[in-house]
Amino acid sequence: MSLQEIVIQQLFNGLLLGSFYGLVALGYSMVYGIIKLLNFAHADIYMVGGFCSLTILTFFGNTFIGNRWLGIVISMLITMIIVGLLGVIIERVAYKPLRNAPRLSLLITALGVSMILYNSVMVITSGEYRAYKTGLGYEGFSIGSVFVTHTQAILIVAAVALMFVLHLFITRTMYGKAMRAISMDLDCCRLMGVNVNKIIALTFFVGSMLAASAGMMAGVYYGSLHFFMGFVIGIKAFTSAVIGGIGVIPGAMLGGLLLGLLESFGTQIPFIGSEWKDVFSFSILILILIFKPTGLLGKKESERM
Amino acid sequence: MKDKQTCLQTAVDKKAKKVNNPFVELIDRFYVLFDNKKVRYSVLAAALAVLLLLPMRTSMYFMEVMTNVWFHVVVCLGLNIIVGFAGLLSLGYAAFFAVGAYTTGILILHYGVSFWLTLPVSVLMAIIAGLAIGGPTLKLRSDYLAIVTLGFGEITRLAARNLDITGRATGLVGIERPTLFGLAMVKINHFYYAFLVLAVLAIFISYRLQDSRLGRAWKCIREDEDAAEAMGINVVAARLLAFIIGSVFGALAGSFMAIKMTAISPESFLFTQSVMILLAVVLGGMGKIPGVVLGALAVVVFPEVFRGIGKYRMLIFGAVLLVLMIYRPQGLWPERHT
Repeated sequence: MSLQEIVIQQLFNGLLLGSFYGLVALGYSMVYGIIKLLNFAHADIYMVGGFCSLTILTFFGNTFIGNRWLGIVISMLITMIIVGLLGVIIERVAYKPLRNAPRLSLLITALGVSMILYNSVMVITSGEYRAYKTGLGYEGFSIGSVFVTHTQAILIVAAVALMFVLHLFITRTMYGKAMRAISMDLDCCRLMGVNVNKIIALTFFVGSMLAASAGMMAGVYYGSLHFFMGFVIGIKAFTSAVIGGIGVIPGAMLGGLLLGLLESFGTQIPFIGSEWKDVFSFSILILILIFKPTGLLGKKESERM
Repeated sequence: MKDKQTCLQTAVDKKAKKVNNPFVELIDRFYVLFDNKKVRYSVLAAALAVLLLLPMRTSMYFMEVMTNVWFHVVVCLGLNIIVGFAGLLSLGYAAFFAVGAYTTGILILHYGVSFWLTLPVSVLMAIIAGLAIGGPTLKLRSDYLAIVTLGFGEITRLAARNLDITGRATGLVGIERPTLFGLAMVKINHFYYAFLVLAVLAIFISYRLQDSRLGRAWKCIREDEDAAEAMGINVVAARLLAFIIGSVFGALAGSFMAIKMTAISPESFLFTQSVMILLAVVLGGMGKIPGVVLGALAVVVFPEVFRGIGKYRMLIFGAVLLVLMIYRPQGLWPERHT
């Protein structure tokens, strides 16, 4: 392959990977912005989203046989709502009682939830891989001599569209405004009459929805699911959120795409290759944080005096 | 601003008091009793006597579990210095005991150095690792610190996985066990005593550190960094020392782990391992030494006790964790704030 083709190919892979990271990172970032919690359970919500959508897809599989994409879109919507509600329930049970507790305790309940989620899925699936059959073909188009399937192209478009919708939601609606306000000062919002608990629940709903959609997309893309699939992407998405500036919504998207691109180009750089690509991306993360301690888009926070 | 905070705090305190059930209060009373010096020393002496005599009476399996407990006590106390004393969130602690384990493993396996001579090298490597992680991260806020330590942890593990000297994915196999005063360390009981000694040392050093000038400086920085700096505490040096001392604890435990297991692989130092140690520290009560020991005990013993229920045990462990933290957010045996 010529250099140009390699670049196009890796650009494409990177964007696809990066949009998964970005979608999951958004949930981390939103939750962190509002209640300053590193939500370890988020990666498992992504995984649950994958399995949930598979179940629904198999259930409706025959109904929408005429149009596969219709089936996928409908099961995606149902999955997003179910998993979004799961996110809300988790917040109510595990995080709300600890709203005034030390922050590290919250981290431990998040770990507890994470353990419960992935162990439940492990027990249900007996720890095996599940094939994700969508019945989608491998038709596609070529850019130069780089072949892209329709599925891949649609996944990227869908991910970007979701991010765009979220962006509109955060910047244009009253709820989005409330979220941004809470991330600035929770107590003050409460005094101003914002229903803080409702908005926090909403944040978990939206974040889990996005993670679930990413889980489903990963299923469609890779063609299989495993109960441990959330683990690696969880670390990567967390990294993306931090690269972009944790708590900053556009930062999470940027960080996700950047990390995806870094990883896919990293495999092509001599001496790095696929063995060292993670080392490469973590080193970049550390370098970014050394020179820009709040992440790329993070604002300098004035510490209490 | 200040008034608002105090009002909220009193409201929180009032709410917190209501939550306390009689059982929790009973436990707290026991803890207060433990603060009495006479009671404490007699309890400790009795416990130590039992622990020393334990190997005579029990099974191999039980010894194996207890050895694991002592290992966890050492590493948890090490992490406690970083997280509990200095208030720096670390998610990559496994990297430190990886450093110790691999240093010992490589020196014994490739260079034929005696185990006891590898210990100082292991300490040296730990100091370098502590500086490497502590150095670049000094200016970062706690949550960014968490991800950087996580990154370092992963880099260490991936490097061990990809380098030839660390044996790549298979790791190091057949690390020779040492002799001590002519006695070959081969039985589990020997390692039980070795780790017990390490744990007691770790507890002793932790107490000495806690009350030292450095310990008080850490506590000060944890509570209010700016005020600490204004009081003339060298924040940079104190934080670096926290990382270095914490990493030395981990590396020594790792070195002993290497000879106990005789084989180490990158999979022994996963992110989950770091998380379990952090979990033990927070569960027990950050910054409180008996609490951390209790946490280490809980994290090792709980999954063993529930081994019988097979695949559901980690599920139940997660649920128990959740309930414990909701009812006792400050940890099992928390530090008291006056």
